[in-house]
Amino acid sequence: MNKLTLKSKNFLELLLRVIVLLVVIIGMAYVLPNYASVYELLLLSAIFMYIVLTSSWVMFSGPTGYISLAPAAFFGVGIYVAASQGMNMPLLVVVLVGGLASAGLALLVGALTLRLKGIYFAIFTFGLVEMIKHLLLWYEIKFTGTRGRFVVLVDHTTVYQIMLAILVLTLLTAYLIRRSRFGMALQSIGEQEEAAQHIGINVTLLKVSVFAISAFFMGAAGTIMATRWTYVDPYIAFDLNRSFTPVLMAIFGGMGQPWGPVLGAAIFAYLEELFITEFPYYYMLIFGIILTISVLYLPNGLAGLIQKWRTRATGGKDAHS
Amino acid sequence: MPILEGVGVTKYFGGLAAVSNVDFQVDQGEIVGLIGPNGAGKTTLFGLISSAHVLKSGAIKFKGENITGLKPHQICRKGLVRTFQSVKVFPNMSVINNVELGVHFGTSERVTQAQAAEEAAKLLEFVGLSEMALLPTRDLTLANQKLIEVARALATKPEVLLLDEIMAGLNSTETAQTMELVTKIRAQGITIFMIEHVMKAIMSICDRIMVLHHGEKIAEGTPKEIANSKTVIEVYLGE
Repeated sequence: MNKLTLKSKNFLELLLRVIVLLVVIIGMAYVLPNYASVYELLLLSAIFMYIVLTSSWVMFSGPTGYISLAPAAFFGVGIYVAASQGMNMPLLVVVLVGGLASAGLALLVGALTLRLKGIYFAIFTFGLVEMIKHLLLWYEIKFTGTRGRFVVLVDHTTVYQIMLAILVLTLLTAYLIRRSRFGMALQSIGEQEEAAQHIGINVTLLKVSVFAISAFFMGAAGTIMATRWTYVDPYIAFDLNRSFTPVLMAIFGGMGQPWGPVLGAAIFAYLEELFITEFPYYYMLIFGIILTISVLYLPNGLAGLIQKWRTRATGGKDAHS
Repeated sequence: MPILEGVGVTKYFGGLAAVSNVDFQVDQGEIVGLIGPNGAGKTTLFGLISSAHVLKSGAIKFKGENITGLKPHQICRKGLVRTFQSVKVFPNMSVINNVELGVHFGTSERVTQAQAAEEAAKLLEFVGLSEMALLPTRDLTLANQKLIEVARALATKPEVLLLDEIMAGLNSTETAQTMELVTKIRAQGITIFMIEHVMKAIMSICDRIMVLHHGEKIAEGTPKEIANSKTVIEVYLGE
């Protein structure tokens, strides 16, 4: 009897949380655009984009320890789907296709290269971005005769809303994977891959699948963001900064907690915007200093720091929550 | 019909024959020992059975079915599981999570997380680690980490268990406890094939012993026969 009431109480609490979350999401999607300025909407979209890139990067690379520098490739594929198909299909379909194209690329690349370990995998994914960029450049000049393309224009509110939807789906997926048995299996791959294989985990399938799922969100984000830029060429679309930034944001935020990367990406992206506008000449320098400090003094990122404060405040009682 | 059988099992590393033309059989319910000097190819043979390495020639059969060329996770799910000589636990996970992974992925049946936790707790009790269930695995002693590997392997519900030197580096009390554990596992109907250097242990619990030397099987028989075999004594002590 006691157990039953406890269970139903937990269920009610969960239900309440879900409802609050839904209200917040719907509010952000439909109410906020009426009050926010165009600049604020654009800034929020950019922040959401970075959270999507970072969280989907952490989804795969966090637990497995396979450092992927391919986000720019997956993001770029999305951009080019928007550039080439944006006029032919409804926007939501284009976004879906952009995500699927990136996931397809990830499946192919993953099946070929996820047997590479450590630095070799990182370097390969790094090379992938450059390779696609130059292949595309060659193709465009040889066959279409131009270097860049125009992208179909979409109004700011729609971009913002779709970006928010992608963000919600990314975080939900990351959460579900993390708390399922596959989350634990991904971590076991990162800790001791050989043992993981020998206790029945199909490591190849798991790695490739999660790599593709994470690429889906990166591609979808690229597709919708491309509509903001009106013109793209391979150099804009396959910008290696978008491979490194998610890694830095994840380190800055801390990967020990699910919300670490979200926090890291949000603060990092906001700071970038702030510094670019306030100190256009020094912003890279300030950034460098912040990064160096956080790597040296925050080994577990912001999330680790907050965790530490919390533990101190509660005298260690709440250490694991 | 033997539950596990190898025919002409051969593996080269470079030009060196690590295992060459070895035939072996393990019958249902047996404890079979595998001994031999360092570098004899014992661990390589286990690697071949569990498909960590690919055979150059020969075949391995499990319950009459040829399992050569299957992937390690497939072999595990068929009911043939191994532990590692160099301990391979998941150091940053809790002890119980290590074992839960075996429950979740070692068989084809799906269980809930609560069922997996319950099953894992039972296995930890079986190997005597209940009190450490929530500790990070890296904090445990080598002897206990080896027990986690055993519990994790048992979690996959094996019919044959390959134990690779689980007694190496243990003191005499721990060795005695581990010997008892091995007999307890056999009592559950699990067939055991084990590599061991601790002669006292292997002589007293094995039904049969195989001896490898330079990748070849040089002797096989009951512990008594092996202890008195001239070839085996020569290999271990020199001529």
